[in-house]
Amino acid sequence: MISYIIRRLIAAVILLLVVTAVTFGIFFILPKLAGQTADQLAQQYIGKNPTPEDIEAVKRNLGLDDPVYVQYWDFVRGIVTGATYERGPATVRCDMPCFGYSFKTNLEVWPELVDRLPITISLAIGAAVLWLVSGIVVGVISALKPGSFFDRAAMGGALAGVSLPIFFTAQLFLLLFSYKLEIFGRTYVPFTENPSQWANTLFLPWCSLALLYAAIYARLTRSGMLEAMSEDFIRTARAKGMRERRVVAKHGLRAALTPIVTVFGMDIGLLLGGAVITESVYSLHGIGEYAVQSIVANDLPPILGVTLLAAFFVVFLNLVVDLLYAVVDPRVRVS
Amino acid sequence: MTELSKTGAVVEDRPGTSEPRAFLDVRDLKVHFPTDDGLVKSVDGLSFQLEKGRTLGVVGESGSGKSVTSLAVMGLHRLGARGKNVRMSGEIWLDGKELVGADPDEVRRLRGREMAMIFQDPLSAMHPYYTVGNQIVEAYRIHNKVTKKVARTRAIEMLDRVGIPEPGKRVDSYPHEFSGGMRQRAMIAMALVNNPELLIADEPTTALDVTVQAQILDLIRDLQKEFGSAVVIITHDLGVVAEIADDILVMYGGRCVERGPVDKIFYEPQHPYTWGLLGSMPRIDREQTDRLIPVKGQPPSLINVPSGCAFNPRCPYADVPKDGITRTERPELREVGSGHFSACHMDQAERTRIWTEEIAPKL
Amino acid sequence: MTNEPTRTDSGPLLKVEGLVKHFPIKKGLLQRQVGAVKAVDGIDFEVYRGETLGVVGESGCGKSTMGRLITRLLEPSGGKVEFDGTDITHLSTGGMRPLRRDIQMIFQDPYGSLNPRHTIGSIVSAPFRLQGVEPEGGVKKEVQGLLERVGLSPEHYNRYPHEFSGGQRQRIGIARALALKPRLVVADEPVSALDVSIQAQVVNLLDDLQEELGLTYVIIAHDLSVIRHVSDRIAVMYLGKIVELADRTSLYEAPMHPYTKALMSAVPVPDPRRRGAKSERILLKGDVPSPIAPPSGCRFHTRCWKATQVCTVQEPPLLELAPGRRVACHHPENAPDQAPGDTALASAGEAIEIVSATKSSAAEGSASPEPSAPAAPVIPAPSKEPSPDDEAPKKP
Repeated sequence: MISYIIRRLIAAVILLLVVTAVTFGIFFILPKLAGQTADQLAQQYIGKNPTPEDIEAVKRNLGLDDPVYVQYWDFVRGIVTGATYERGPATVRCDMPCFGYSFKTNLEVWPELVDRLPITISLAIGAAVLWLVSGIVVGVISALKPGSFFDRAAMGGALAGVSLPIFFTAQLFLLLFSYKLEIFGRTYVPFTENPSQWANTLFLPWCSLALLYAAIYARLTRSGMLEAMSEDFIRTARAKGMRERRVVAKHGLRAALTPIVTVFGMDIGLLLGGAVITESVYSLHGIGEYAVQSIVANDLPPILGVTLLAAFFVVFLNLVVDLLYAVVDPRVRVS
Repeated sequence: MTELSKTGAVVEDRPGTSEPRAFLDVRDLKVHFPTDDGLVKSVDGLSFQLEKGRTLGVVGESGSGKSVTSLAVMGLHRLGARGKNVRMSGEIWLDGKELVGADPDEVRRLRGREMAMIFQDPLSAMHPYYTVGNQIVEAYRIHNKVTKKVARTRAIEMLDRVGIPEPGKRVDSYPHEFSGGMRQRAMIAMALVNNPELLIADEPTTALDVTVQAQILDLIRDLQKEFGSAVVIITHDLGVVAEIADDILVMYGGRCVERGPVDKIFYEPQHPYTWGLLGSMPRIDREQTDRLIPVKGQPPSLINVPSGCAFNPRCPYADVPKDGITRTERPELREVGSGHFSACHMDQAERTRIWTEEIAPKL
Repeated sequence: MTNEPTRTDSGPLLKVEGLVKHFPIKKGLLQRQVGAVKAVDGIDFEVYRGETLGVVGESGCGKSTMGRLITRLLEPSGGKVEFDGTDITHLSTGGMRPLRRDIQMIFQDPYGSLNPRHTIGSIVSAPFRLQGVEPEGGVKKEVQGLLERVGLSPEHYNRYPHEFSGGQRQRIGIARALALKPRLVVADEPVSALDVSIQAQVVNLLDDLQEELGLTYVIIAHDLSVIRHVSDRIAVMYLGKIVELADRTSLYEAPMHPYTKALMSAVPVPDPRRRGAKSERILLKGDVPSPIAPPSGCRFHTRCWKATQVCTVQEPPLLELAPGRRVACHHPENAPDQAPGDTALASAGEAIEIVSATKSSAAEGSASPEPSAPAAPVIPAPSKEPSPDDEAPKKP
C-alpha cells in the first residue's frame, strides 16, 4: 500500500511538471515561434509607451533573453525555493511558493490565489452537498420505480439540467431571485464573519452549479442502482427476510454509490480549480474569475499559477479517490 | 385448473380453500411474466409435496422453470422493480400456511427463518463489501432480537459447524478472501443460522470443482440429518440427485413431466424426456462403446409452448398414441406406481415395454 | 504443408517436452518480479494421429493454460512443443500462420467467442479469408457445406449469432474450427456450458467429425464423465503437472495415482443403488495449494493419505509403471510401491475422510495441515465436522 502511494505521488509530481511545461510552452514559446522578438514580448507586459529602459528591465526580470529551458528552470525553482527580483534599484523577495508577479498589477500571484481560494472552496463544497443529496435521492427513487411517472419526470428534468448551459441558468437565477425578488444578496462575505450572509450570497451560485451536476448524478445513481438491485447479493439479502427498505439502503445503495465516489472526486477537483462561468456571472472573486481576468489581460504568471493549482487539485483528488476506493471496496485492498 | 386473469392481478385461485397434505405442498403453481414478446410461462401448473426430513431433487435443463419455482416458494418474485409484472397463481403451503395469497410481510418474516435458500454462485450471492461474519450476523438478527455480540458468537458457531477452519478469525474475512468451496460453506452457514425447516439449494455445487462438490453434498446431507429439515435441491446433474435425493421431480417446459422416488426415476422411468436425459448423460461408472443418445432438437420456447404435450416435437414416440393426441391435448400427471407420477399419453404398458426393451439396454 | 509426406505419417502428431508456463507476479515500488504463478510446470506428453487425448483436472491445475500453449496462443516459458516434427515452441505470429490451418481451437463459451456483429457466414468463412484460401466451388458453398456437416441449415448463412441457442452456437464454433480441415483440434471445455441433452448432441458431433475427417483431438474438461466418454487416453493434471497419463479403460478401472482415485471417487454417480453398495468414497480435505508456492517434492503430498517422508522432498518422476501407463507417484495404487518402507507422514492419516453413503458423518479426523495455503493453518477442528476444502486461486 505504501509503495503504491509513493508510486502515485511520484507520478503526480511528474504530471504536474508536464502541465507546467506545456502551459509555459504555450505562453513563452509559441509567441516566439510566431516571430515575436523578446523586445516585443516585453513590450506587451508593460503597456503603452514603454521606454527602452523599461523594456530592458522587463527582459532582465523575466529572463526573456535566456534560452527557454533556463527560463523554465527558473520558474520551477521559484516555486520550490522562492525567487528574488530586481525592481529598479531595490530587490524584492518572493517567498516560496513563488509563482511570480502579475505583470498588470505587480502583485504576487500566490497571495492572490490564497485570498481567492476560500471563495472557490465555499462555492464548490456548498454546491457539492446540494447536488449529491438531491442527485442521489432522485436517482434512487427513480431506480426503485423505473418507468413510473416520477422516474420519467425526474429523468426528463435531468436531461434539461444537463442541457441548459450554466451561463443561462445562472443569469436567470440572478435576475429573478436577486434583482427582481431581492431574496438573495450579491456581496460575498466570508463564512467566519457572517455565516448566514455567506450562505445567502452563495445560495444562487450553489444552485446554478448543482443543477447541472445533480442532473448528472441522478442519472449515474439511477443506472448504478438499477444494476446493483439486479445483483445476486440483493436476492440473497431478500432471501434472508430483510425488509425491502433495508435491502435498498444497506446492500443496494452501498454498491451503487461506490463508482460515484470516483466521479465525485474528479468533479470536486475540477471545481476547486475555479468555476469560471459561475464565478464570473455572480462576480465572486474566486480562482475562476482570476483565471478569466488574467487570460483576458494576457497576464502570464497568474495563468500559470491558476493552471498549476487546478492541475494540483485534480491530481490530488484523484489520488484521494483511489485511496478511498480501497476503503470502500475491500476487494481493491489486496492488489 | 384455474385460469390466470389478464388484468395482472397477482393472486388468484381460491387461496386457503383446502387443507395442506404435506409440510411443503405446492398446488397448480403458475408463474408467468408478461414481456414485450409475449407471456413467458416459466412455471405452468406445477404440483408437488415434500415432507420434513426428505430431500426432493428438481431436475431439468435451463428454462425448464426449476429456479423460478424455487424463487416462487421463497416469495422472491414479487419483490423489487420487476415484482409488479409477475403473475402468480396456485397455492404454496408451508407448514400449514398458504404463501401465494399471504401478506408479503408475513412471507418476509418466514424467509430466512422457516425457509432459507442457497445459490449457485456464492461469490456473486454474497455482498462483496461486507465481511462474511457481518452477513451471517445480519441474517440472524433479522429474526432474533439479540445483540451484535451474541449474533457474532452464533455466526462463529455456524462457520465452525459447516467446517470452516479458524472460524473465529475467518468470520472477519470478506467473501473474496474465501475459496469457492469455503464461500459455499459460509453461504450454507448463513442459510442455516436460523434453523430453517425448509432449505432450497439452487445448483449448490455447479460452480464448484468435483472434489469440493463432494464435500458440499456431504455437508448438506449431514446437516439435513442433524436438523431434520426438508431440502429441495435444484440441479441439472442427475449424478447429484442420485447421490442425495429421496424423490425426484423432472421438469420440462415449466411443468412436471415425471415425479417419484429416486429408484423409480432411475430404474423404471416412465417418461420419454427422462429417458432422453438418462441417454444423454456420459457415465463415469461404465465404459460406453456406443454413442450417447441425445434428445433431438432444442428446448421449447416458454412463450410459444408447443400445444399438446410440450415435449412432442422432440419425442421419438410422439406418434405412438393414436389420433395425434400428443399434439392437441396436454397430458395430465397420472400415478403410475406408488408415489410415482408421469405425464405421458402413451399407455403405461407400452412405456414399460419401450423402456425395458429399447432404452434400458442401450444405457 | 511444409513437411515431406514420409514424415507426416510417422511419430506422434504433437509432442510436448518439459513444457513450462510461469506468469510473473510483480510487486513494490519498482514492480520487481517477486514470484510467479506456476500454471504449467514441466509436462511431457504426446498426441498420436487420430486419437483423442483427454486432459482433466480441477480449476487452477493449468489445463487451460496448457491448451493455449500447445495452440501457441500463449508463449511457453520453457520446454518444447513439436507439431508434426516441426518445433513450434517459439514461432512468431507470422511463423505460426501456415500452421494455424492445421491446429485449431474450440472454446468453452459459445457466446463470447462469436462476434455478434458478424453473420454466421462471415464468421465461418473468416479462416478462408485470413489464410487466403479459395476452396473449390467458392467460399460460400464450402461454408454452407460446413454448416450442414455440423448439423445446422445452410440457410443460416446470413443470420447473426444471437439468433442461435447455446448448442447451435457451439456448432458454429466447431464449423469455424473445421473450415480449413485442421489436423489437430484443441477443445477447451467444449460442452460444459451446455445443457445435458444438447451436450450429448455436441459430443456425438465431435465423435462423428473425428471419424469422417480423421481428426486428432485434445479435449480439456473438468467433467470426468465427459472425458471418459470422449477420450482414448487421458492425462490427469494437478498443480501444473501431469500426475497420471493412461488409456481410458485402465485409468478409470484401476487408477494408480491417489489423486486420480480421489478425483474419480468424488464424482456423483447417476445410479442411486450404488449409494449403499459403494462402500467408500474418498473425500479429499484441505485446499489445493497455491500454484505460486507449490509444495515441495510431490505436489499432492499435503492432501495425500499415502504420503511418506520421501514425498515431501523428492518429486516423483512420471514413470511408465505398466505398458502405456505413466504415473508420477512414490506410492501408487494398483502397482508396486516405488519407495517401500518409508516413514508415513503424520498428516497422511488425516488427509482424507472415507465416507460411506449410509453413514456419512463418520468423520473423526481433524482439519488437514496445509503448510502452503496461506489462510488456513492447522487447527484441531471440533470433533463434529472437519474438512476445509478447496480449490486453487484463479489463474491470472
